[in-house]
Amino acid sequence: MGEFKVHRVRFFDYMPSGIRCMAFNQRTERLALARLDGTVEIFNFSDRYFQEKVIPGNDARSVEAICWVANRLFTTGLNGEITEYDLENLCPKYSVDAFGGPIWTVACNALGTHLAVGCEDGSVKLFEVLPEKIRFEKNLDRQKGRILSLSWHPSGTRIVAGSLDVINIFDVQSGHMMQRMLVDRGTVNSRTRECVVWSVFFLSDFTIISGDSSGKVQIWDSHTGTLNKAHLVSKWDVLALSLSQDESSLLAGTSEGTVVQFQFLSPTLGASEKEWVRTRTFKHHTHDVRAVAEIGTAVVSGGVDTQLVVRPLLDKVDVKSYDTGLRKIQFPHRPLVSCAAKAGLLLFQFPVQLELWRLGEGEGPGRPGHSLIVTRKPEKLLQLKRKGEDHICCSAISPCGSWVVYSTVSSIRLHRLQYDGSNISIAKVPRLPKVLRSAHQLCFSADSSRLFVASSRSTVHVIALSQSECKYLHTFKSCSGSTEPMHLLVASADGRWLAAANRACEVHVYNVRSRKPHCIVPLYGSCPTAMAIHPSTNNLLMVHADQLIFEYSIEEKQYTDWSRRVQKEGLHRLWLERDTPVTGVTFNPSNASQFLLHDTYMFCIVDQRLPLPDQKAQLYNQLTLKSLSEQDRKSYSHAFKFCKKYQPLLCVSVLEDQSVVVVERPLLDIATQLPAPVRQKKFAT
Amino acid sequence: MAALCDGFTLCGLASGPSSAEARILSIEQGREADHVIVTDARKSITVYKVSDQKPLGSWTVKQGQTITSPAVYNTQTGEYVVVTDNKVIRVWKDEDCFDKAFKATVSADVARVHALPDSEPVVLFARGGVRILDTLLAAPQQSIEELLPEGEVIRWSESFVKGKQKVVVFTTEQKGEHFVYLHRFNPNCLLKYKLEMEDAGSCLLSVSATVRNKNISFLYLCSRGCLYQSEVPVSGGPAEGVQPLPRTLLLKLPVGDGHLSVAAALSLDEANVAVVGVPHPSEGTRKEFLCIWNTHFQTLQASRELLGQPYGQLWCFSGKLYVPHGRVLTAVPYDCQQSSLAAALGRLKQGHGEGSCPPPPVRSWNSLLHEAAAQPQRSTRGIDTRRSKLRKSQAASITVDQVLEDIKTAPGEDVEREVESFLMGAAGPDLQLAVGQVASQLVTRCLSDPSFYTRNSLARLVHTRCLCHSVCPGLLPLVLEKKDYSLVQLCLQHFPDIPEEVTCACLKAFIDVSDGDLEAVDIEPDSMSLMEDISVGWRKDGNLENGFSPVLLEDDGYEARIPPSKSRGRAGLLDLDVSCPVGLKKAVLLNEILQTAHTESFLLPHLKDLSVQQVLLFLRYLWFLYLKFSQDFNVRTSGLRSPTTVQIIDWVCLVLDAHFTVLVMVPEAKDMLSHLNKFVRSQVRLISELGKIQGSLQNIHKLKQSEDVGLYSIEIIELF
Repeated sequence: MGEFKVHRVRFFDYMPSGIRCMAFNQRTERLALARLDGTVEIFNFSDRYFQEKVIPGNDARSVEAICWVANRLFTTGLNGEITEYDLENLCPKYSVDAFGGPIWTVACNALGTHLAVGCEDGSVKLFEVLPEKIRFEKNLDRQKGRILSLSWHPSGTRIVAGSLDVINIFDVQSGHMMQRMLVDRGTVNSRTRECVVWSVFFLSDFTIISGDSSGKVQIWDSHTGTLNKAHLVSKWDVLALSLSQDESSLLAGTSEGTVVQFQFLSPTLGASEKEWVRTRTFKHHTHDVRAVAEIGTAVVSGGVDTQLVVRPLLDKVDVKSYDTGLRKIQFPHRPLVSCAAKAGLLLFQFPVQLELWRLGEGEGPGRPGHSLIVTRKPEKLLQLKRKGEDHICCSAISPCGSWVVYSTVSSIRLHRLQYDGSNISIAKVPRLPKVLRSAHQLCFSADSSRLFVASSRSTVHVIALSQSECKYLHTFKSCSGSTEPMHLLVASADGRWLAAANRACEVHVYNVRSRKPHCIVPLYGSCPTAMAIHPSTNNLLMVHADQLIFEYSIEEKQYTDWSRRVQKEGLHRLWLERDTPVTGVTFNPSNASQFLLHDTYMFCIVDQRLPLPDQKAQLYNQLTLKSLSEQDRKSYSHAFKFCKKYQPLLCVSVLEDQSVVVVERPLLDIATQLPAPVRQKKFAT
Repeated sequence: MAALCDGFTLCGLASGPSSAEARILSIEQGREADHVIVTDARKSITVYKVSDQKPLGSWTVKQGQTITSPAVYNTQTGEYVVVTDNKVIRVWKDEDCFDKAFKATVSADVARVHALPDSEPVVLFARGGVRILDTLLAAPQQSIEELLPEGEVIRWSESFVKGKQKVVVFTTEQKGEHFVYLHRFNPNCLLKYKLEMEDAGSCLLSVSATVRNKNISFLYLCSRGCLYQSEVPVSGGPAEGVQPLPRTLLLKLPVGDGHLSVAAALSLDEANVAVVGVPHPSEGTRKEFLCIWNTHFQTLQASRELLGQPYGQLWCFSGKLYVPHGRVLTAVPYDCQQSSLAAALGRLKQGHGEGSCPPPPVRSWNSLLHEAAAQPQRSTRGIDTRRSKLRKSQAASITVDQVLEDIKTAPGEDVEREVESFLMGAAGPDLQLAVGQVASQLVTRCLSDPSFYTRNSLARLVHTRCLCHSVCPGLLPLVLEKKDYSLVQLCLQHFPDIPEEVTCACLKAFIDVSDGDLEAVDIEPDSMSLMEDISVGWRKDGNLENGFSPVLLEDDGYEARIPPSKSRGRAGLLDLDVSCPVGLKKAVLLNEILQTAHTESFLLPHLKDLSVQQVLLFLRYLWFLYLKFSQDFNVRTSGLRSPTTVQIIDWVCLVLDAHFTVLVMVPEAKDMLSHLNKFVRSQVRLISELGKIQGSLQNIHKLKQSEDVGLYSIEIIELF
């Protein structure tokens, strides 16, 4: 097959932010997740847990609680505002100040007509949910102490509120407090610290379940205001609770990194009397579990250690399938690195800044398995801080390395770079065309003369770049009428074609020269996660979230023979079960029949001339092939050549000199930057 | 063991035309052992009495004449023989004037005249012919055959007498190839050998030969620093043609900067070789050293720095080495003794904790200050230091001889006093030799004179740590015979090389000695206190390590109980209170035996000599020790010199191996054997558990082998 020179880059200090809260929408199977930096992410659990949408954060906005109301998404935060998001333009739609100080919690009633928020000043405020906005309705009786958790009774007549040392039950109609339950502060040494009720749930049988900072999960009777049962779950806090829809299972996330499951079971077989029984403990986190979600078939948890863990409940599944595996989502499903192939530059995107690095050079004997002597170290050329408070949502560098563009939800900034090997100068391009307000995706043409900007309502603006000016040329409008945001944008090497994929799984192809839409690739049910246009044949290669690979001939407007062969023969089972989506496609410039795919844990070279692996064949066969003789290899080799040496991968790209750049972000490096976890007694320490 | 004493200057050297040219033609043995004939600078011949460092007579040739072959002394006639201007042989006596010497002109160039002890000198001609001197002088103009091919030149020659066989050997060189000729008389024959040479670029620097066991052994030094030896039989059938001469590499000398230019090697005895002009291994590339190397152990035995460049010449007569260097000819007395491995390697370290280390020498402020002041002086003015060293060593050497002399006759107290004062004064590398000599002498005296026994002196000598068993093999048996157990203990502690036979004899003596006999014996307090601790036990303080109470032997099937505790239950097992089967002092002595180095296969036959009762007692004691050691962690960590558990187990195995069949038959041994069975089983179990742990630890080690990747690297991968 061949040897490859690989630039192994580990200096991208990407640090994901911890998970603060999450909410699962059972109807659409979307999980909304808010991070500590205010970013909101939406994962499509019906499409291989693909990270569908990312709403970038803002320095001024923090998210403390998140809530779905039908298909609308609301968050509240310490700035005292309730924010609704525009999920098509991926930005906040509007914010309403509740005038009660920081808001710690939000809850929606079962009908989806009202929102209740719990404020720092001790008040619970009700908002009516109207189309396109929300309206303040009333305050419930104000109590002393901040409200940290809320839950509606399914009937919508009662609200339970968790506060410091106390749980209150309100009547919604009158707004009066009906019941007040004191929470025990727990063990002797924490008696002086007040007990924070981090989470409560109001069950339809008028049972209340609370989780608090003294590590207890307590079950109360709301009629009498008495404690039925207390489970000591942790020596530290119980930070989050989540109840299944049928109210038969409850999850509690603790500071020790464990998630404890309770189930509503009868303690003796056949008896009708049921009670809450602690059943299972999962430990997939090293730090605080700040958010849990019981989604029926799986336990979803996230916390300060930044990873989202989906742990299927194996008693709910019958057959082993893709969904029964443990899934840890650590890295975003979109590229954060762009590579200027001609100039050998890498652009790293952080929430608040961009970094531009020049790759190093090496020399020495190039034997496989060995390293070259690095004669020139990689160099950080530039650190570009974003303007304003919004976080960067996308960025790009032109292949020649002379243009850098990035976008926030409010603005786009284009910079021209001049770099002669020793000096670097950067100049912001002053007056951008007015049409450029924000972008969901940015892309340069291969010759760096055009900038394509995927903007709101599935439009793509075409900008001509030259030394002297920056001119608006054209806007491609969505011909299908879809308004979903574009998340992938690729241009062909000859500058003729542009392909754009949106979240509605549509892939549009535009003819840039004639400025007309060319075609729409036949719709496929899974979202494309990566695509590229072949530099010589102009075939569009797409990989979807379900790992299927399609090749579409743009000129002939039909799938290629290879693509049909793939569909007919099917891909290998192990390939289809890979648990991270393919986030990058590039072509091997030295061999037109080969392309590179990568996900977080591997990259592979696919050779279209070789036979596809059949189901019985060994998919990951590099080690086997290595041990075989030259002749035997031919009979054993198949189209997929995997390399798992480098992981986790954030980017794989091919430079002009055909060397491969891999950007790794070792998990250990992330773990070392996390704050210290709570102290736990370990054996012999 | 070899040592170089401080040398002295025999004479100055006349300055030659060039500084690198040798200024001495040769040195030959004179009339008496103490006399040498120095043929110098091609002009003069001087006879020295070496011990007085003074010339006895000197002769100079006239202007225009040159000496071409060094003067030799003809022991048969008491005349000196020299060759001038290649063809003129001159013969004269001590009292003669040189001009009046008998002259004879021969028909061919003479290469060399060689004197032979108790025999006429032989004359070697430059073209290879050989004549006995008196036959030559009878007909000086007789024709001399030309045996060497054109272009072959004699480089070195020597002659020997072995029995009645006279031999002349010489080496020649032709175009970089070297040949060895062996000329025998009666019948005359000439054998030719070809010397194997190293690869190109190295050349032959020096050749010397000695006669050993009917063989002539050649020693030659090449410029790469390799010292080779070849052997040729003195007599034997004549062989046709040129035979290759096989060689063995004796020694690879350190070569500082790539190759040697002027150097010489001389065999002193079977093992020791004197070398001049070769760098000292620890002194960089400087070559002004005279060294004695031991070829058996490949070790440097002694070395002496020379002032000025040596000329690659080295002679040896009656215990002195003669080295011309710089502007002087120095005579260096040397001493080669039978080498023992222990002496060659230096003393073995006895690694049983700090207890066995010699106490650091106490230093006074004065000596510190004095040394500090002397330090710069030493480096700047080497001569002063040399002179002072010389004085000191002369003083010491006089004492050694005196002491040795006195030991033969003087009464015990005087000997003790003298040895004491000698040891007070002696120091440095010579001490080891001197101590060995003194000890041997003392032992000889003690053996010959049963009433003579100087315990203190012997103890003092052992304490110097310069003594080992092979240096003075008679000492330990003597001490054992005298029942001086404390000195035996001392020897066991200090001698690294006690033969197994002697160890076993000691063991037997220790087992047999009654505790009453031992009462008066003065035992080293450290080992006493250890044994006291062991037999009393630490149990009284109750300080168990880390809350850990070792379960000795697990109860699968039956429990290991010693007879007195048979009635006790499981709990009693933990504080097994075995009383020590031997007295304290005896135990200490036995401990010493356990700690001696030994080889099992050599020890085994001697162990078989023990009687059953002895074996039983010894086993009981070992069993007791083992129990104590496995019960109390403190015993092993007390820092005192004590046998290790492994040593105890080794000895148990040895004793059992030696006497198993007998022990099986003896009813008293039955209990013991069943205990030991347990004992072995628990060890086996421990080892197997450790083996498991080792396996898992190794796996951990493997897991940890992750490659260290920096922030950036450029790698090559291959996909198939």
